[in-house]
Amino acid sequence: MANEQQSVQTVFRLSGVNCAGCVNKIEAAVQQVKGVGDARVNLADKTLVVCGEVDPQACIEAVRSAGYDAQVVQSSERERREEQRAEERRHYEQLLWRSAFALGVGVPLMIWGLITNKMSVNTFVDQIIWGVMGLITLAVLIFCGGHFFSGAWKALRHHSATMDTLVALGTGTAWLFSMLVVLVPHLLPESARHVYFEASAMIIGLISLGQALEVRARGRTSAAVEKLLELQDVSARVLRDGKELDLPIEQVQAGDQLRVRPGEKIPVDGQVLEGSSLVDESMLTGEPVPVKKGAGDSLAAGTLNKNGSLLFRAEKVGSDTRLAQIIEMVKNAQGSRVPIARLADKISAIFVPIVMVIAVVAALIWFNVGPEPRAAHMLVVLTSVLIIACPCALGLATPMSVMVGVGKGAEHGVLVRNGKALQQSCNLDVLVVDKTGTLTEGSPRLTDIDCDGDSNELLQLLASLEQGSEHPLAEAIVSSAHEKKLQLQPPSDFEAITAHGVKGTISGKEVLLGNTKLMQRENIPMGSWAVRADKLAEAGRTVMFGAVDGELKGIIAVADPIRDDAQAAITRLRKLGLRIEMLTGDNSRSAEAVAKHLNIDKVHAELLPEDKERIVAELQQGGERIGMVGDGINDAPALARADVGFAIGAGTDVAIESADITLMRSSLHGVANAVELSRATLRNIKQNLFGAFIYNTLGIPIAAGILYPVTGMLLSPIVAGAAMALSSLTVVSNANRLRLFKPTEVH
Amino acid sequence: MDVVLVNIVGVLLIIAIIWWFWLGPKHSAVKVVSAVDKLQILVKDGVYEPDHIRLPAGRAATLHFHREDPNPCSEWVLFPDLEVSAELALHKDTPVNLPAAKPGEYPFTCQMQMYRGTLVLE
Repeated sequence: MANEQQSVQTVFRLSGVNCAGCVNKIEAAVQQVKGVGDARVNLADKTLVVCGEVDPQACIEAVRSAGYDAQVVQSSERERREEQRAEERRHYEQLLWRSAFALGVGVPLMIWGLITNKMSVNTFVDQIIWGVMGLITLAVLIFCGGHFFSGAWKALRHHSATMDTLVALGTGTAWLFSMLVVLVPHLLPESARHVYFEASAMIIGLISLGQALEVRARGRTSAAVEKLLELQDVSARVLRDGKELDLPIEQVQAGDQLRVRPGEKIPVDGQVLEGSSLVDESMLTGEPVPVKKGAGDSLAAGTLNKNGSLLFRAEKVGSDTRLAQIIEMVKNAQGSRVPIARLADKISAIFVPIVMVIAVVAALIWFNVGPEPRAAHMLVVLTSVLIIACPCALGLATPMSVMVGVGKGAEHGVLVRNGKALQQSCNLDVLVVDKTGTLTEGSPRLTDIDCDGDSNELLQLLASLEQGSEHPLAEAIVSSAHEKKLQLQPPSDFEAITAHGVKGTISGKEVLLGNTKLMQRENIPMGSWAVRADKLAEAGRTVMFGAVDGELKGIIAVADPIRDDAQAAITRLRKLGLRIEMLTGDNSRSAEAVAKHLNIDKVHAELLPEDKERIVAELQQGGERIGMVGDGINDAPALARADVGFAIGAGTDVAIESADITLMRSSLHGVANAVELSRATLRNIKQNLFGAFIYNTLGIPIAAGILYPVTGMLLSPIVAGAAMALSSLTVVSNANRLRLFKPTEVH
Repeated sequence: MDVVLVNIVGVLLIIAIIWWFWLGPKHSAVKVVSAVDKLQILVKDGVYEPDHIRLPAGRAATLHFHREDPNPCSEWVLFPDLEVSAELALHKDTPVNLPAAKPGEYPFTCQMQMYRGTLVLE
């Protein structure tokens, strides 16, 4: 361990270093810093490697005092992960080796016992032979199971008891009793002169094998984070002094200009300066269709550039990128607890001492009222209860499922904030959905234009007029004109009349655009247009009248279109047993039209932002569990009030920080995915808890000998050891089944 | 005689277990770290050392966990009441940032609840 401490290295990137003289100066300065074992400068790549436990800031100060500058090179998360995996592999091999050695001793001994039935010490020769076997088994206990004993001792000193305590007590008792038989057989009745060396070796071997398999299975539970980490590129093509350089990702700074070619991953978050391309964001958002990106659009690290070359400016690097935040959030959520685990937590905390008491009580019962050989039975019962009762399966039951469930969510663009949110999403009664941007696309579009003459001519006039307006409906009209490549004229005498519409002059013509009130105010006869307008309004459109030089020329209708996938998502959510209610600030006519189209149960229209929170609270007062879906910022109070707040489609920093569950794509399918995932995870947790509880509640009485009157046999400590090894492996493997989870959404 | 002896030993063992794990004084094995020290916690052999940490309440703090135990149980440390968890690197310091919190006792454990410690904010 001391060597490992000394081999701790900190790497610094130097600046201003260009000669051998600089190297000596820096090395000499850093050597003076407390804790530095060795300091070496590499002139070629301008790095400084410091060995020893040091304060990096002190080293940086020392370099600065020598007239240069230095920065700590952070090993990337991926490198750290790889180191960890290598450690895991080493640990796995070590456990396998220990297991092989222990079983190599234990299995032949057990076979010998089964074939010959000569496991007793009755003569001096027996004493010598079994004494040697005892010493060999002691070597197994020390070299293969020494960590159980040191762990048990440490825990004991801390007034706590762990799995190590049970294993050490179980195997230690078996070995000590056997050694007692070897050394002083005459003190024991003949029937109790049985040795159990094979049991201690086999238990150590089997438990080590179980742990080895568990290490391997556990590695898979964090596969989701591995996948996310793999999205991070290791280098980036940066434009420096007019040249394109491939630099390690750690050296990219905000403001750098970067080039990304077709087929390459976007290395950091940024904004496109030049070029256009399709970018596959599915790995981050779960959105299957690639998104077109051009100048001004934002790019996220980890997404894949498909077909064009893009020049972009880095805006967020390192741990500030959205991908890095997601990884951090997933890792944090993976380690959180679910409320359902509370009982298991409480039991685990007091379980080991209780089991120790049960083991002693059972042993005393066997000694006092059991059949002969009582001493041998007492030992078998004591050892078996201690070994089989290990609560590790109970302790693993929930964290393993949460780990896989949260990771699986991230793969599907569902970022769960913690285990509590994951659990609560599984039994929601009502889903309250914000209309704009969730059920609809959030940006109004021109849907209908109805006129007696040339519709393009009317649109050109109206769009020219609306150029001066900042109203969202105006934007829809202007962009529709742009799409049709109509030439717009600048308006003069432009006037916006509040709650009525706009008026102005275009190429000498007086143009009006607005509602019925505007037409009445300007004394323009409506004719049959009012009936035609009503029909469109019933379909949920916002209708405006257009008049030119005092004559009504036509009507124009704008609507926020319903998202393509909203209908399918609502159907899925209803199948999951949720009642859907819609919240919107829009007028009730268009809200009702959308609700009717999507088969939504209830509509709350014409709401102010604060009304949304009130409605959620009212529903909760009725005893219902409410999920709220919104865009994460203006719906924040309602999202916070709901039992589970789903921030949809945002994926912004604010949403990631504040929502219970953040959905990386702008689709209600994400909510359905989250609910399905939550239910699958909770089902998995319940299976694990059931298995672990059953295992312990059945295992202890069986080990204590409750079946003896029926079967005439006691549970062998070896079987108890195997069962214990299998129990945690079963829990971890069952949790890994969650990796097969697939949402029911069909693309 | 044997029977009496074994029973006495058994009963004494039960009393010892109950006293040691639940009733007995526990501060003997407890270290207290003040806020001015670098709060390093060694994760080794199934325990956190020190396993009791005293810090002033209402202030954010950073604990440095140094994990020497390859056992996968020790891979995560959880502060459930503070909603903080961290994956601990092996043979390295992992800083764990804790938010400012009210005075009280906040247990921290590994995923399997085998490694246990208490953070006391006062």
